[in-house]
Amino acid sequence: MLGMKVNPVAATVGKLAVAAVCMFAFVFVVMVPLYNVLCDALGINGKTNSEAYRSVEAAVDESREITIQFIATNNEGMPWDFGPSVSAMKVNPGAVNDTVFLAHNPLTKAMVAQAIPSVSPSRAAEYFHKTECFCFNRQPLDGESSAEMPLQFIVDTDLPRDIRTITLSYTIFDVTDMAGGPVAAR
Amino acid sequence: MGAHHGPAKGLGRWLFTTNHKDIGTMYLWFSFAMFILGGAFAMIIRAELFQPGMQLVEPGFFNQMTTMHGLVMVFGAIMPAFVGLANWMIPMMIGAPDMALPRMNNWSFWILPPAFLILASTLLMEGGAPGFGWTFYAPLSTTYAPPSVTVFIFSIHVLGLSSIMGSINIIATVMNMRAPGMTYMKMPLFVWTWLITAFLLVAVMPVLAGCVTMMLMDIHFGTSFFSAAGGGDPVLFQHVFWFFGHPEVYIIILPAFGVVSQIIPAFSRKPLFGYDSMVYATASIAFLSFIVWAHHMYTVGMPVAGELYFMYATMLIAVPTGVKVFNWVSTMWRGAMSFETPMLFSLGFLVLFTIGGFTGLMLSIAPSDFQYHDSYFVVAHFHYVMVAGAVFSMTAAVYYWLPKWCGKMYNETMGKTHFWISFIGFNLTFFPQHFVGLAGMPRRIPDYALQFADFNMMSSVGAFIYGSSQILFLYNVIATIVSGKPTSEEKTWDGAEGLEWTVPTPAPYHTFETPPAVR
Repeated sequence: MLGMKVNPVAATVGKLAVAAVCMFAFVFVVMVPLYNVLCDALGINGKTNSEAYRSVEAAVDESREITIQFIATNNEGMPWDFGPSVSAMKVNPGAVNDTVFLAHNPLTKAMVAQAIPSVSPSRAAEYFHKTECFCFNRQPLDGESSAEMPLQFIVDTDLPRDIRTITLSYTIFDVTDMAGGPVAAR
Repeated sequence: MGAHHGPAKGLGRWLFTTNHKDIGTMYLWFSFAMFILGGAFAMIIRAELFQPGMQLVEPGFFNQMTTMHGLVMVFGAIMPAFVGLANWMIPMMIGAPDMALPRMNNWSFWILPPAFLILASTLLMEGGAPGFGWTFYAPLSTTYAPPSVTVFIFSIHVLGLSSIMGSINIIATVMNMRAPGMTYMKMPLFVWTWLITAFLLVAVMPVLAGCVTMMLMDIHFGTSFFSAAGGGDPVLFQHVFWFFGHPEVYIIILPAFGVVSQIIPAFSRKPLFGYDSMVYATASIAFLSFIVWAHHMYTVGMPVAGELYFMYATMLIAVPTGVKVFNWVSTMWRGAMSFETPMLFSLGFLVLFTIGGFTGLMLSIAPSDFQYHDSYFVVAHFHYVMVAGAVFSMTAAVYYWLPKWCGKMYNETMGKTHFWISFIGFNLTFFPQHFVGLAGMPRRIPDYALQFADFNMMSSVGAFIYGSSQILFLYNVIATIVSGKPTSEEKTWDGAEGLEWTVPTPAPYHTFETPPAVR
């Protein structure tokens, strides 16, 4: 038993221990990034592009109009008055559109907010391109002050023809206390 | 080696033992203690639900009870019980003198009681114990969790470590310590199912550890894995959790399959029908368990393609499971059957587990699951597979091997009485829950609409019957050990097969110090 050969039990245990450690790492280096990549690629959960879309030259599709509805929700405990300036607008695919969301901080202290968008139907998410969005960055706002938050978007001309209405929903979170964390890039 | 001594004396025997039988015994007693603790939590739940309205406990405490009941039963009662059984039986079944890593074996047991002690201690902490359900979905378990969640995370880490060490030990034992001639396809099915279970554990317990580590980082270190505000996603939690959680379901049930695959042939006095197909079916179930997890979360808003994939993949599991049920029934076909207590519990397992399997099929259908999701129908389903599946088979195993363990015969009349009270109590508890679930009663609520009152009262009465039948079980086991009728027959059951029945009764402290000859 004390020869130079590797003890078979030790070999088995070694392999299994490595496997267990790999599975632990798998959660962090595979599952989480893969989930985010899949959600981005497939528009699952209505996730939209998280960085500014570089517009490509495309003819505006004048043949159809898409209704874009805007919804705003405050996450629990978020005191801001937050909402779209218009509740809906009609746009042509391919055209560049602008709108603003209005935010008011009723408290006396300065706060930082993060808006998280979601598109419904989720199938439309990959055709909804934001070229400029207040949701790309955290939005600081002094106490008792208001701000206009700009949004610029293009609906892709490849949008399936059966989709006539797209709902863009923003949930606004209070991230004042989350300093130092990674910037939400949605 | 000093292998020819008996057990040490006093407390030190149990603290420092490396003997697989001692460690198996401790696992079994520990799991029974946890079974009683988790059962006590269940009794509080059923007492509150005896009548509509709030009678006994605060809603927050009720949530702590459902959470702790689930955690203690899954991680404290069922899993350690089967690990204990593996410790006792696997070396004896493959003709090995002990487990491959006896000292690590001691550690994997002894870190378990502290893990549950600190988990139970959360009940006394400020803010109470975790009340977010045994599935601890974020953000309930992160943003809205009580301070004790950190303690909970620590205890999950420790018990996960115990499980990983235990399963590495089992794999190392089975792969390296089989007696000469004991090829893989000659191994008893209990050894096979545990080998596959151990691989599942090594694969997914680290995923659970990763999951709670992410929770810990979200709570204390400012990350946002599960927080939408910081760019994370609460739905990610459910994917990670169920990637662990679905294989976990089979971790619990596969050893139970192994147990009944030993017992049914013994009392049918026929070899197991379709041994090879049993092995392949077990392996297929284990493989499929990794690719079906999202059927627990049909309602999170998956794309239709995803729903369909997870639905069909889940239904596929019915095929190998059906093969197993078919084989057990075929084993009994034209067998010279007798109905001692282990066989009764195995038959109870077979009937009730199949019912649980069928309700599982109903739940696998994505469009209907939208109605059943998070209802009492789900509670009924998983208690049919967890209790009537895992716990019944574990009880069968104790009656089956107890005479071999302690050299004394249990009281057969009391055993049969225990079975029938359990069987009736169990069905009275959980069968009506199908009805209230289909009618719309949600799970995890302390109060309910009036139309569910009668069925809930039946459920509660059944639960008290089932719970008290376990006292009879405990009494029977203790009475057997203390004053049971001594038996020295090597084979307690005339139809039993396997190496464990070739050693003297009671099984000596050390067995198979020289490997047996295997045909």
